[in-house]
Amino acid sequence: MTGSSRPSAAAGLPEFPDARPRRRLAGGRGGAPLPLLLPALIALVFLLLPLLALLIRAPWRSLPSQLTSSAVWQALRLSLQTATTATVVSLLFGVPLAWLLARTTFPGRKLVRALVTLPLVLPPVVGGVALLLALGRNGVVGRWLDSAFGITLPFTTSGVVVAETFVAMPFLVITVEGTLRAADARYEEAAATLGASRFTAFRRVTLPMIAPGVAAGAVLAWARALGEFGATITFAGSFPGRTQTMPLAVYLALQDDPAAAIALSLVLLAVSVAVLAGLRERWTAAA
Amino acid sequence: MTRLDNAGPSPAAGVSDGLDAHLVLDRGAFRLDVRLTVAPGEVLALLGPNGAGKTTSLRTLAGLTPLTDGHLRLDGRTLEEPALRRRVPTEDRPVGVIFQDYLLFPHLTALDNVAFGPRCHGVPKADARARAAELLARMGLTDHAGVKPRRLSGGQAQRVALARALATGPRLLLLDEPLAALDARARLDVRAELRRHLAAFEAVAVLVTHDPLDAMVLADRLVVIEHGRVVQEGTPAEIARRPRTDYIARLVGLNLYQGEADGHAVTLGHGVTVTTTERLTGPAFVAFPPSAVTLSPDRPDSSARNAWRAAITGLESHGDQIRVALTGLADGMPLTADLTAVSVAELGLHEGAQVWATVKAAQTHAYPA
Repeated sequence: MTGSSRPSAAAGLPEFPDARPRRRLAGGRGGAPLPLLLPALIALVFLLLPLLALLIRAPWRSLPSQLTSSAVWQALRLSLQTATTATVVSLLFGVPLAWLLARTTFPGRKLVRALVTLPLVLPPVVGGVALLLALGRNGVVGRWLDSAFGITLPFTTSGVVVAETFVAMPFLVITVEGTLRAADARYEEAAATLGASRFTAFRRVTLPMIAPGVAAGAVLAWARALGEFGATITFAGSFPGRTQTMPLAVYLALQDDPAAAIALSLVLLAVSVAVLAGLRERWTAAA
Repeated sequence: MTRLDNAGPSPAAGVSDGLDAHLVLDRGAFRLDVRLTVAPGEVLALLGPNGAGKTTSLRTLAGLTPLTDGHLRLDGRTLEEPALRRRVPTEDRPVGVIFQDYLLFPHLTALDNVAFGPRCHGVPKADARARAAELLARMGLTDHAGVKPRRLSGGQAQRVALARALATGPRLLLLDEPLAALDARARLDVRAELRRHLAAFEAVAVLVTHDPLDAMVLADRLVVIEHGRVVQEGTPAEIARRPRTDYIARLVGLNLYQGEADGHAVTLGHGVTVTTTERLTGPAFVAFPPSAVTLSPDRPDSSARNAWRAAITGLESHGDQIRVALTGLADGMPLTADLTAVSVAELGLHEGAQVWATVKAAQTHAYPA
């Protein structure tokens, strides 16, 4: 395999060094036909060019001072904290929801499944508006939360977590549900014959078996939460140290300090690449 | 039995010990209606063709598929009776199941697979693992206790599955095609070993198989199911000797015909009369092995009374013999004969050839239908 010549198109790919030969663009039977190769190359350039521009225009000389500013770390820490919390919340509630969708039948299950995936396609800003109407100070539930418990979610760090969870949880639910459907439910039957209740069977048999899928879903949800912008700025605003996450900081910095915006973007890019690398390892380990 | 056992607290003990089941399941086009009674210590095999309802029966016994009617009692306790809206869920039934592909939990070691059941029953972890280790030792698997299922051979996985099912001390052991997942060589060893373990098992064991040899070696009694119903029941010897359906006759390798007996003659549905040694009247079966059939190019002399003209419809090697499938020319009666390769060559047999088939009365066996 390694002896055959790689097509020149693949040579420019920023493939990971451990990419298998089977992932090559062309098979052993000559190169890719032009009508496929040309659009493919355009797509590739289109996807990579902005990232490349980010690297080219990065203020490398002033970068150390940019990155050591406390505002950057404040935003990064807040982003990591809220994204991680949103992922944990998504796991706690999303995995049971995925189980319900995959393993039980109830009237309207298909509709519920469609509604669960709605936030995937909903513009995040609309999600933010909807969250305000539901959980805002005068929202359907928010008013009651405020009067009964004195809990206010909008424009707080908790509000950021709520907004991120709303956008990120569907990714986890869909991934875990797919993994559950692919997993053999008869193992749960085997557990039942050994005296395991349905919950015990889930906890001790199903969950360990679908762990790779849950991990993949969690990483996807985390990445989505980390990059969340629209719902967060609508529902939680942009208060430095409280609700101003990295994406918001980048956007605001772009107005008056483009160099800072690029620096912040580079940090997010680095985090994303690290996550992608981790994800690849997970996926190849699970396969 | 010790005196202690006889003085046991259960008033129902003795009379209703073991399995008493009437499994009824309506699933539109398919209806299962099977009665089973099995005594403790007895091994019952459910034998039948694919789709007959064997595995469904097993699933209803385990509680994995609910009954629509009938009842299921084990050691005097009602586990399920739809008419009374009574149903004990699978996890609360004293059953152990060995699934066809074992379904060993892939993320747990052999030891933890076996300890899983006791753990679910509230046995402390250390005790559960000790019991599991002891069971694995009994199966000769001590060296494999720490191994994950994917690194076990088929035979080893089967023994782990058996140990796992036995670990909860079930009163009903269910085995679904226990040898089907094994290759021919492993099958032989595992069958002998499984036979030993089943013989030592003191409660009810029910196994499902489509392999008559497995059924006959492993079970004390066979129940043959076809189309969701019991068609024959008896010891392996009885069933092998007196099959009552074409399916069983094929399994045990006999030619089987149903007809009307009058003395030594049985008139078959095809209009052919077979002379037998037994004396019977009324509806009867006639059975004879393929080896009892002789083929010749010309009409044989009169000493053989049972002779038909038949056409050859198929030839197939069967051990060191050639099995010849024939169809009676006058009546369309199917017949199989076993010949040596030499005879087949000498007679110049081929598909479509016409021959005379003869069966000696002494080699037929007639019994009431």
